[in-house]
Amino acid sequence: MGLQSRHLLGLEGVSKDDIHLILDNAVSFKEILKRPIPKVPTLRGKTVLNLFYEASTRTRISFELAEKRLSADTVNFSKTGSSVAKGETLKDTIRNIEAMNIDMVVVRHAAAGVPLFLTKCVDAAIINAGDGMHEHPTQALLDMMTLREKYGKLGGLKVAILGDVAHSRVARSNIFGLLTMGAEVMVCGPKTLMPYGIDEMGVEVSYSVDAALEWADVINILRIQLERQGKGLFPSIREYHTEFGVTKKRLEKMDKVITIMHPGPINRGVELDSDIADSENSVILKQVTNGVAVRMAVLYLLSGNEGGEESS
Amino acid sequence: MESLKIKAEVIDHDDLRRIITRLAHEMIERNKGTERMLVVGIRTRGAVLAERIVKTIQKIEGKAVPLGILDITLYRDDFRKRLRQPKVQISDIPFEIDDRDVLLVDDVLFTGRTSRAALDALMDFGRPSSVQLVVLVDRGHRELPIRADYVGKSIPTSIGEEVQVRLLETDGEDCVLLVEAPKEEA
Repeated sequence: MGLQSRHLLGLEGVSKDDIHLILDNAVSFKEILKRPIPKVPTLRGKTVLNLFYEASTRTRISFELAEKRLSADTVNFSKTGSSVAKGETLKDTIRNIEAMNIDMVVVRHAAAGVPLFLTKCVDAAIINAGDGMHEHPTQALLDMMTLREKYGKLGGLKVAILGDVAHSRVARSNIFGLLTMGAEVMVCGPKTLMPYGIDEMGVEVSYSVDAALEWADVINILRIQLERQGKGLFPSIREYHTEFGVTKKRLEKMDKVITIMHPGPINRGVELDSDIADSENSVILKQVTNGVAVRMAVLYLLSGNEGGEESS
Repeated sequence: MESLKIKAEVIDHDDLRRIITRLAHEMIERNKGTERMLVVGIRTRGAVLAERIVKTIQKIEGKAVPLGILDITLYRDDFRKRLRQPKVQISDIPFEIDDRDVLLVDDVLFTGRTSRAALDALMDFGRPSSVQLVVLVDRGHRELPIRADYVGKSIPTSIGEEVQVRLLETDGEDCVLLVEAPKEEA
């Protein structure tokens, strides 16, 4: 019993069994978080580096909590105030850090492929916490955990992913993971925010939010990256809200309950209205809670003795 | 699974039932009733035994004793030696253990390392006023200073032997076998 890979770089190509294994373990780890002392000694003596080249609140805190709940030692690196500012290359940075004996690296970077590159530089197990527009596997895992918790299964579930699909690593990881688990996926958003080749990913494509809502059991609403505003991808924030924003009015037209998800941070009143984000059908905060449990499961499963020198 | 050479059946179906009845009586007697008693079984077979003990106590005293299940995977001391991590299962202790007498149930007491891990795990749930160890089989060869308070049967073994507890719920039959330990796999 164990994962096929020593690293978690993405969900593309990860088997159904492996995803089940991570989610099953995560359920057990969630129980630990409810104990009077929510900490287990499992990763005592292991050191985890959180290498964050890009801003992050939730993912970083979530990983750090997961590491601490497992009793690992953690060190944090952020781009500002580090040797990166002095011009050190990524490879040099990581090799120097590894020389201080690091067992695992959690990495976020604006460039796709950095986690893969790191596996070739160092011996430590690498966990991708988001690389460019490529993948963000632990986010998709926590989304799937939240859905499995609510519906009891993932197979047959209809999940619509709404918004800036083109620039979203969350969308890509969710598509790979959900399709592997037998769910149906639809992506929806303005044509300018649809990635090239989306038709070949095995998902439905819609350009109407009403049609997507009509179809879906669950809607996962991506953040509109305001920093992309002004690049001519959509005319204005207000227009985006009018055309694609999830509002109470839109949902009331549907004679069914749709589960609302969002990976955060939310732009309230842009992609999602406040009253919907805080409604009883929203599982947004449950996603955050499950994030810690899922990351504990991933850290635990990848912490096996690397290289197998003591395999007994 | 390859077939193991069975040396002896040391406890059969009827023996097991009598042992559990006796253990339940001893536990009630020594704790002067069941009032402050909690029973916690160690996964997997300890949990099955704990459930049977609780049912037996219910029959004897007419009172329900709370039952919990403990998974000790994350507290084991051979963690750093293993290549693959075993699946973690849920610990289910749906009550406060503070100031109660916890009866910790396991199937076989051998090196004492499982019991050590279980004690650590239990302390993360609170501060019981006492913890008493209940085992179905004590086979000797302790590596840590741990002893059982209630023993179903002491079975002297050699290190090349293995004690296999088989229970209806998990293995389809009730018995305890003494078998030749499987050869180390290459």
